[in-house]
Amino acid sequence: MHTAHVFKEGVLDIFFSGTPAGWQSLLSFTILFLAWLAGFSSRLFAVIRFESIIHEFDPWFNYRSTHHLSTNGFYEFLNWFDERAWYPLGRIVGGTVYPGLMVTAGLIHYLLNLLNVTVHIRDVCVFLAPIFSGLTAISTFLLTRELWNQGAGLLAACFIAIVPGYISRSVAGSFDNEGIAIFALQFTYYLWVKSVKTGSVFWTIGCCLSYFYMVSAWGGYVFIINLIPLHVFVLLLMQRYSRRLYIAYSTFYIVGLVLSMQIPFVGFQPIRTSEHMAAAGVFALLQAYAFLQYLKDRLTKQEFQTLFFLGVSLAAGVVFLTVIYLTYTGETPNLPDSVCFRYAKIHIPIIASVSEHQPTTWVSFFFDLHILVCTFPAGLWFCIKNINDERVFVALYAISAVYFAGVMVRLMLTLTPVVCMLSAIAFSSVFEHYLGDDMKRENPPAEDSKEGLGPNIKSIVTMLMLMLLMMFAVHCTWVTSNAYSSPSVVLASYNHDGSRNILDDFREAYYWLRQNTDEHARVMSWWDYGYQIAGMANRTTLVDNNTWNNSHIALVGKAMSSNESAAYEIMKSLDVDYVLIIFGGVIGYSGDDINKFLWMVRIAEGEHPKDIRESDYFTPQGEFRVDKAGSPTLLNCLMYKMSYYRFGEMQVTLDFRTPPGFDRTRNAEIGNKDIRLKHLEEAFTSEHWLVRIYRVKKQENRQALDHKLRNVAAKQKYTSKKVCIA
Amino acid sequence: MSSSVISVISRFLEEYNSSTSTKLKVVDAYLLYILLTGALQFLYCLLVGTFPFNSFLSGFISCVGSFILAVCLRIQINPQNKAEFLSTSPERAFADFLFAHTVLHLVAINFVG
Repeated sequence: MHTAHVFKEGVLDIFFSGTPAGWQSLLSFTILFLAWLAGFSSRLFAVIRFESIIHEFDPWFNYRSTHHLSTNGFYEFLNWFDERAWYPLGRIVGGTVYPGLMVTAGLIHYLLNLLNVTVHIRDVCVFLAPIFSGLTAISTFLLTRELWNQGAGLLAACFIAIVPGYISRSVAGSFDNEGIAIFALQFTYYLWVKSVKTGSVFWTIGCCLSYFYMVSAWGGYVFIINLIPLHVFVLLLMQRYSRRLYIAYSTFYIVGLVLSMQIPFVGFQPIRTSEHMAAAGVFALLQAYAFLQYLKDRLTKQEFQTLFFLGVSLAAGVVFLTVIYLTYTGETPNLPDSVCFRYAKIHIPIIASVSEHQPTTWVSFFFDLHILVCTFPAGLWFCIKNINDERVFVALYAISAVYFAGVMVRLMLTLTPVVCMLSAIAFSSVFEHYLGDDMKRENPPAEDSKEGLGPNIKSIVTMLMLMLLMMFAVHCTWVTSNAYSSPSVVLASYNHDGSRNILDDFREAYYWLRQNTDEHARVMSWWDYGYQIAGMANRTTLVDNNTWNNSHIALVGKAMSSNESAAYEIMKSLDVDYVLIIFGGVIGYSGDDINKFLWMVRIAEGEHPKDIRESDYFTPQGEFRVDKAGSPTLLNCLMYKMSYYRFGEMQVTLDFRTPPGFDRTRNAEIGNKDIRLKHLEEAFTSEHWLVRIYRVKKQENRQALDHKLRNVAAKQKYTSKKVCIA
Repeated sequence: MSSSVISVISRFLEEYNSSTSTKLKVVDAYLLYILLTGALQFLYCLLVGTFPFNSFLSGFISCVGSFILAVCLRIQINPQNKAEFLSTSPERAFADFLFAHTVLHLVAINFVG
């Protein structure tokens, strides 16, 4: 009995004999691993409910490029000219794309196949974003640990693994730049903070290489190259200049500059456009400041003043000469260009029509961030109260991210990492204060003193905080499951008894195109569907989501908005073989082409104001109606005819009181039921009438003339009055 | 005014000669050489024109980069700054210098076209 007791104690001793530091690192590792696992699994809803498929629109182009990369090799990809997009213009893919995403997926695919793990490139693309979410959690942990402490770092990692703001752009199947770009962003910022803290060139070069990866991955790298100079500038203003800062920023700017210009899409922009001028300006300022500091250390005050005066006048002269030279050669960086993006949004219809570019509502902030948006100002306050070099950085990051997130819904993504970090700092400070034994602290309160908190209030506060965190986790999972896990290529609706009804019309139509049309057939559709047609149907398209050529899109818009004969002329000139439209009237799908029609008209009107007028498509009272009271221009335009061809005979709902031809999306009985098409014929309509494809008929042979009409009257013989000189 | 500037500069040069160690003077000579090379490249570009622009940029940025890296090395091995760079020995500073130069020149060679 006694020996058994001793033996048990001995075994327990063996297990729990580690040092506290050892336990701490084991715990950190386990928590980070679980965060990675949670982040990965949370993003798999769409794959489990449907299948492993690429979602949305843009990822289809990324997938097609990655496929091209994996089959043809890196140099073929870099020099790829795609003639199956933007017919007849084509697209220089190598020079107009950020290759980081494709190269990452291609590299992983290559390595796995090298090890004889035969994974299809589609699966690599689908699961890339969830895997990188784990890496993002780890880099957020590292960054927050540099800013505050390890506990805050672990909290931040857990937050960013499941927060909906980040999940929305990195679910399994969403194969888009943001999936890897947020990881590159956090990792670059971590290395920057590390290099400012240590002043070591090694960490700075690491930061430059990570910055290079970020430049290759996303256009949002401009945020880094403006935030870091801002940080340096604010530190200079706060009299926090140090040699470590000089080493970190100068090396980062120069090596980062030359690295960023290696990406063909970026090219020479870093020294030409106004978005990059802040970095150059701060670089020059820092050199001047450092040199002046060096002189100040060596000379007396008066000597320094004389030299300073000379130096300032020289510098002013150099700046003046440079400005004259630049205006003379016409190479001034265009400052109003980027500032006017907000105004461009209002005046250029294409930019305004993208739903992601709309201003953010309060609802989106809470929906995407839940309690983090409430606690992150507290974290910001803690950072500012205990200021040091790196906390200045995170404060500036927070302020600029909040501004940008308020401008565009899409930029909520850049706000999410900093909100996670600052909330983690807030939670960590609260837990530190209210958890744990007061006696074990560095300066414990004396016995019987009124300082220190009673155990009741400590446990109440801790319980409340834990409840908040649990509600956060539940909210995140619910939002991910309901809002952000839709592949949008496949639609699902749920019946009264809970069974699922899948609408696979899109893929049905694209596969029909793929298998029943000529390989070189050209398909005209609105630009939203361009990438999907190119990816799934593998046919040449006229316009796609890249929207780089506004006049080409306006031509397509004009064809859709004009009557059939005028549209036929345009389609002939563009060699169109098939026209594809989306029609939601049978099932009540609200994202169809008739709902987007006014944007087509506006864009066409921008380029062809004499032929297309938006007001023609409204009733005299100013309403947009598709029933009998609709405007005749609308009822006769090509889009209307194609959408409602044969729809007038269709009994849409089972309820026989609704007339045939009742449009469930617009809730109106259509006006023109007897539609005849002269130059098009219906090629395919999907099961629920969602996708309708029409074939453009070739021009008819000229009618054979009657014999009588064929007689050509005998011409007068023409005798020349000229004299022939032999 | 100008005489005082000249006297300031001459006094500065005298003090520089006496107080800086030989190690730092070697680095300073290297800095001067890099500066002259960069200035020459820029002058050449002004005279001959900017085509091909990537080659000019590659050479010029390589010069500026080498200058900056040498300045960083000088800061880190200067014994007066030892308090700020406790964990960085001069050997470590030189190793970082070599690593940074490798990266810089690899990129410059890729960019020169």
